[in-house]
Amino acid sequence: MTNLTITKALEKLKNKEISSVELTKTFLERIKKVEPKINAFVTVTEEEALRNAKDADKKRANGSDAPLLGIPLSIKDNFSTKGVRTTASSKVLDKYIPPYDATVVTKLKEAGMVLLGKTNMDAWAHGSSTETSDYGQSKNPWNTDYLPGGSSGGAAASVAAGEVIAAIGSETAGSIRQPASWCGVVGLKPTYGRVSRSGVIAMGSSLDSPGPITKSVEDAALVLQVLAGVDPLDATTSPLPVPDYLKNINREITNLKIGISEDYFEGVDTEVKQKVEDAIKVLEKLGAKIKKIKLFSPKYSIAVYTIIMRSEVSSNLARFDGIRYGSDRSFFAEEAKRRIMLGTYVLSAGYYDQYFNKALKVRSLIINDFKKAFEDVDVVIAPTNPKTALKAGSDEAKDPMFGELADILVEPSSLAGLSGINIPVGFSKKGLPIGMDIIGPQFGEQTILNVAKKYEDETEWNLKEPNL
Amino acid sequence: MSKTKIDVVHISKLANLPLTNEEKNKFEKQLDETISYIKQLEEINTTSTKPTSQVTGLENVTREDIATKSLTQEQALSNTKSKQNNLFKVNVLIDND
Repeated sequence: MTNLTITKALEKLKNKEISSVELTKTFLERIKKVEPKINAFVTVTEEEALRNAKDADKKRANGSDAPLLGIPLSIKDNFSTKGVRTTASSKVLDKYIPPYDATVVTKLKEAGMVLLGKTNMDAWAHGSSTETSDYGQSKNPWNTDYLPGGSSGGAAASVAAGEVIAAIGSETAGSIRQPASWCGVVGLKPTYGRVSRSGVIAMGSSLDSPGPITKSVEDAALVLQVLAGVDPLDATTSPLPVPDYLKNINREITNLKIGISEDYFEGVDTEVKQKVEDAIKVLEKLGAKIKKIKLFSPKYSIAVYTIIMRSEVSSNLARFDGIRYGSDRSFFAEEAKRRIMLGTYVLSAGYYDQYFNKALKVRSLIINDFKKAFEDVDVVIAPTNPKTALKAGSDEAKDPMFGELADILVEPSSLAGLSGINIPVGFSKKGLPIGMDIIGPQFGEQTILNVAKKYEDETEWNLKEPNL
Repeated sequence: MSKTKIDVVHISKLANLPLTNEEKNKFEKQLDETISYIKQLEEINTTSTKPTSQVTGLENVTREDIATKSLTQEQALSNTKSKQNNLFKVNVLIDND
């Protein structure tokens, strides 16, 4: 039962084949069984989950049909949850109990979710491996010697390991798609401004995008439907109406134009490249047309991203002084300190123009480059990551630029605020998952979900389960 | 590319970030490497490009000036280690003497 999608679980709940309490207990048992191997959670909220589940069953008996009623989920530990410890995987916030909910959490509660717990991440979302977590590294469910990716590594691992039906993560540049890719699950990064950041512990305020990590594309659409929309508490949320994401999800993709940029396949592992090319062939068979395009080289995006993100990090983390909540600044671990230092440096007098302002200008070039590309194509497809999951503790993972290098292929679209979705497209010879990134324009969620769903219908990668 | 010597002591003071001597040495070297990396951007001509600080295109987002429910004093103080008379207690910033 722990391999259920939201769609299937809702069916069973509606048909009274199962109650939310039964469903929740099944997942809590699964957590107890596999968590010692996976470490996907910082906090498991057993009592809260059972209370939520009882409420959900009562509501359903009274005729409620809220979109996620009785569905057990995990939430990344950088979303404020009222009364539930929220650490962002940093000891600075070890004892922090938020007095309010993030807007996303409020929406999920209204939709009837059962909160199973808060998932592990790179501390402050600084990383692509969960190795910078102050609560231990999470493990890749497909092979526990390997990294799950990050920063939403616990979230992706919790879904892949069958500890939850779906997870809520957040992406600044790669933090949803990259761990989803390494863990073999679906990860949707919505357009910047589509989902509220209010109550999310900020990393890069001009980049942060909360989104779902799920077992199916349809589930991602279902959760996005709940999360999306304008929020008076986040002035950067878009007032554009939220479309029905399930409505066109099965539309034929004949005449869909897919852009492929060679730069995004350079330096990519042969196995990864092969599987992504195979997946593109599946879409071609369904009628999609391939168009070669030339995007701005992703290598410059690393530099732009490094400058902008670290500047925003140094500013956002300035509030943590241990006065109103949390511990003082001596509790920051090494990675946060390194990022704060660089951000402070590039923003300091004399360097602002040379680095920060320069990065903002190149960001404009990247945005315009994508705008031009989307005049000719509907989506851009690339590998989500140049490699499959790395082994924990490998030299590559110790490089101070590791996070940036791991996320090279997703950073450009994040800087442009675009939508993107990772879907599983196969496994390496070692049995590690490979992911493909379908990138859409701003507010292109309907299109990328549609393309992802058509591919998923043709294959069965998302139904595979790790042996735990 | 010219090497830029980063004054880590000055930067850590600006960032209000206590560093050990070991960290100072380590960061000096690593930040220098990162700076060399980001200098790649000098290869790109941006003389006629305007900077983008946010991607939404939204401007002057306002709301009705209506008071809404907020945290109670007790909730707001619920996580602090330093309070007095139901207020946050901080170090003296301005000395009247």
